[in-house]
Amino acid sequence: MSVFIDKNTTLVVQGITGRDGSFHAKQMIEYGTKIVAGVTPGKGGQKFENTVPIFNTVADAVAATGANTSVIYVPPVYAADAMLEAADAGVKLIVAITEGVPVLDMTRVYPFVKEKGARLIGPNCPGLISPGQSKVGIIPGRICTPGNIGVVSRSGTLTYEVVYQLTRAGLGQSTCVGIGGDPINGTNFIDCLAAFEADPNTAAVAMMGEIGGTDEQDAATFVKQHMKKPVVGFIAGQTAPPGRRMGHAGAIISGSAGTAAEKIAAFEAAGMSVAKRPLEFVQLLRDRVK
Amino acid sequence: MNIHEYQAKELLRNAGVPIPPGEVATTAEEAEGIARQYGGTVVVKAQVHAGGRGKAGGVKLAKSPQEAKEIVSKILGMQIKGLTVQKVLITPAADIASEAYVGIILDRASKKPVFMVSPAGGIDIEEVAAKTPEKILKLPIDTRYGLQPYQAMRLGFFLFDDLKRVRAAAKIMQQLYRAFMDNGCSLAEINPLVTTPGGDVVALDAKMVIDDNELDRHENIAALRDESAEAPSEVQARNANLTFIKLDGDVGCVVNGAGLAMATMDLVKFYGGDPANFLDIGGSSNPEKVVNALKIITADPNVKAILFNIFGGITRTDDVANGIVTATKQNPLTVPIVIRLTGTNEEIAMKILKDNGFSASSDMDEAVKQAVALAKGSPVTPSAARGA
Ligand SMILES: Nc1ncnc2c1ncn2[C@@H]1O[C@H](COP(=O)(O)OP(=O)(O)O)[C@@H](O)[C@H]1O
Ligand SMILES: [Mg+2]
Repeated sequence: MSVFIDKNTTLVVQGITGRDGSFHAKQMIEYGTKIVAGVTPGKGGQKFENTVPIFNTVADAVAATGANTSVIYVPPVYAADAMLEAADAGVKLIVAITEGVPVLDMTRVYPFVKEKGARLIGPNCPGLISPGQSKVGIIPGRICTPGNIGVVSRSGTLTYEVVYQLTRAGLGQSTCVGIGGDPINGTNFIDCLAAFEADPNTAAVAMMGEIGGTDEQDAATFVKQHMKKPVVGFIAGQTAPPGRRMGHAGAIISGSAGTAAEKIAAFEAAGMSVAKRPLEFVQLLRDRVK
Repeated sequence: MNIHEYQAKELLRNAGVPIPPGEVATTAEEAEGIARQYGGTVVVKAQVHAGGRGKAGGVKLAKSPQEAKEIVSKILGMQIKGLTVQKVLITPAADIASEAYVGIILDRASKKPVFMVSPAGGIDIEEVAAKTPEKILKLPIDTRYGLQPYQAMRLGFFLFDDLKRVRAAAKIMQQLYRAFMDNGCSLAEINPLVTTPGGDVVALDAKMVIDDNELDRHENIAALRDESAEAPSEVQARNANLTFIKLDGDVGCVVNGAGLAMATMDLVKFYGGDPANFLDIGGSSNPEKVVNALKIITADPNVKAILFNIFGGITRTDDVANGIVTATKQNPLTVPIVIRLTGTNEEIAMKILKDNGFSASSDMDEAVKQAVALAKGSPVTPSAARGA
C-alpha cells in the first residue's frame, strides 16, 4: 500500500510534448507508471512515443481514458490555467511540477480545486513516488526502494539525499511526497501525515521542513494530537538570515517568525525526534521501526 | 523584489490614490533646488528598501531650502538597517490630523491576500500589532471575486467615523487592491494614510513588494529594480540564473537545490564552520552554471575554502565535474576545494575529477568536515582536497 498514488494510478501528462514534459514522461513510463494520455493543445490525435494518445484538452483526455491523476509540466504563466483545467475535468489528483508560478494565481486555483474535491500537490515540487508501483513527477526512481517509511518534504534534492541514504541502509519507502517550496501550495504536511497515519503499510514518517511560514508548527501539533506512528523531523535553514528568500519562494524568515529554531522547538514540544543532520534520519528511523 | 517608496507611490498614483507630489534627489544641491521649487516646509525621506526609516532618522522636516540641503547631505550615505542611502525623496510637508495604517499582505495560512487596517497608524504600528491587536482589522479577500464594495466600506468604517472620510478611505482601499493585483504584489502598504485638518484623506508613505514570479509578465515593474541597492555579487548571480545570497562566513558553498543548499550551510555550522553564502545552481546540469558559480564565490575575499555538494538526480554529476575542471583551468583556484558528489553518473564524474588531479568523495558529512578544517587553515589530509 501507499498514499495518493499506487498501481491503479492512471496518469494524464499536461505539457507532454514540451522539453521537460516529454523527458519526464519517458522516465515515468520506464518506471512503470500507467500514462494513459497526454495533453498539448493543437496536437490532439497524435501519439507520444507512438503509444500514448495526445488530446487537445484534459476534458477530452479524461473522457477517452478515465485518467484519475494529472501531472503538469507547462511554463509558469500557463500553470494556473492547467491546474484549473485539470480540476474542472474531474481529475482527483493534480501534481504541479512547474516552478515560478505567480502566487496570486494560486489564490484563485486553491479554492477552485478544493471546491471540485480534488487534491493538488505543488506547485514547485518534485511530485511523488510509491516505489515499485507508480511515480508521478521527477523524483529519480532508482534512489527509492519499496518499504514502510513515509517521506514528506518541502524540497527536492534534500529529499533525494535522504531517500537515497534510507535506501542504502535498507529502509524502503511506502510513498515519498514533495509538497513544494512555494508559499501557497495545494497539499501541506498535515494532509500527508494524516494519509500516512491511515496507511497500513507505513510504519514511520520522515518529515523535512524548512524556514518560512507555520506549516511545520501546525504539523507538530497534528502529530501530538492525532498520530500514533513515529515521526522524525528535520528543518533546513538554521543558518539562513532573516528577510531573504533562500531559493524557494516560501523559504523566508519574516521578521522573527518562521525560523528553524521555532520549528525545531515545536517538533520537540510535540514529542517528535529531530534529526540534527540529514543523515541522522537513518539511525533515528531504524530505531523506531525495529 | 523590493521597490522604493517613490516608485510605489508612482504605481499608486496611477491607480488613483491621492498622494502629494514628490521628487527624487541624489545630491544635496539637487534637493535644495527641489525644496525651493515647492517652497515652505518639505520632508526629506531616505529611499532604502527598509521600513522604520522614521525611527532610524531617515525622515526629517526641513523648513528652508538651505536646511533641506544640510539634512540631505547628512542622510545621503547614511546606513539604515545595513543599507546605504543613495537617494532621497523630497515632498511638501503635510498637515496631519490623524494617521491610519492600511496594508494588504499575501497570507500563507489563509492562502489569500489579507487587508489589515488600523486607525492607530504611523511609525508605531508594529507595537500596535503586538500590544493592541484589537485595533487592527484583518479581512481576507477571495481574489476570484475581488474586493467587494461592502468590504471596502467595512474597512473604511473601522478607520473613521465621518461618512465623507469613510467613503474616501473605501475608494482608496479599492485603488490599493487594484494596484496590488495589477502589479503582482505580495505586499502593498500605506502607512501613514493621513487625514488633514481640512478633511482630506491622503497617503504619505507607500511600500510594495513584488512577487519575483510576476516579473516575467510585468516588464514595467521588472524595470524598477534598483541594482545599486543590492550586493554586486547577487546581481551578477541573478544575471547568470543562479540563486546566491552572501553571508559573512568563510566556507564558500556550491549546491544543487535550495533545500540541500540550506542543509549544507547548516551542516557547515554544525561542524564548527561558517558558510560564506547560499548558492543553488539549480536542477538542470549545465557546466556554464558551475563556471559562473565559481567566479562569484572566488571573488569573495572572505572565502577560505570551497565546498561542492551535489546530489545527482536530474543534475548529472559528470556535467558538474566538467564544469569544475573548465572553471579551474580558466581561473586557477587560490583556495582549497572539497568536492562531494553522489548520484547520477557518479563513477564518470569521479573519474573526470581524478584525471584532472582533484579528489572527491561521496560522503556529505566527511566533505563538510574537511571544508571546515581547511577554512580554519588546518593541515590538509592527503585525500582531503587539492587546488591550492
Ligand atoms: N509628507 C509628509 N508630511 C508630514 N509628515 C510626514 C510626511 N511623510 C512622512 N511623515 C511623517 O513621518 C513618519 C514616518 O515616515 P514614513 O514615510 O512613514 O517612513 P517609515 O515608515 O519608513 O518610518 C510618518 O508616520 C509621518 O508622521
Ligand atoms: Mg511608513
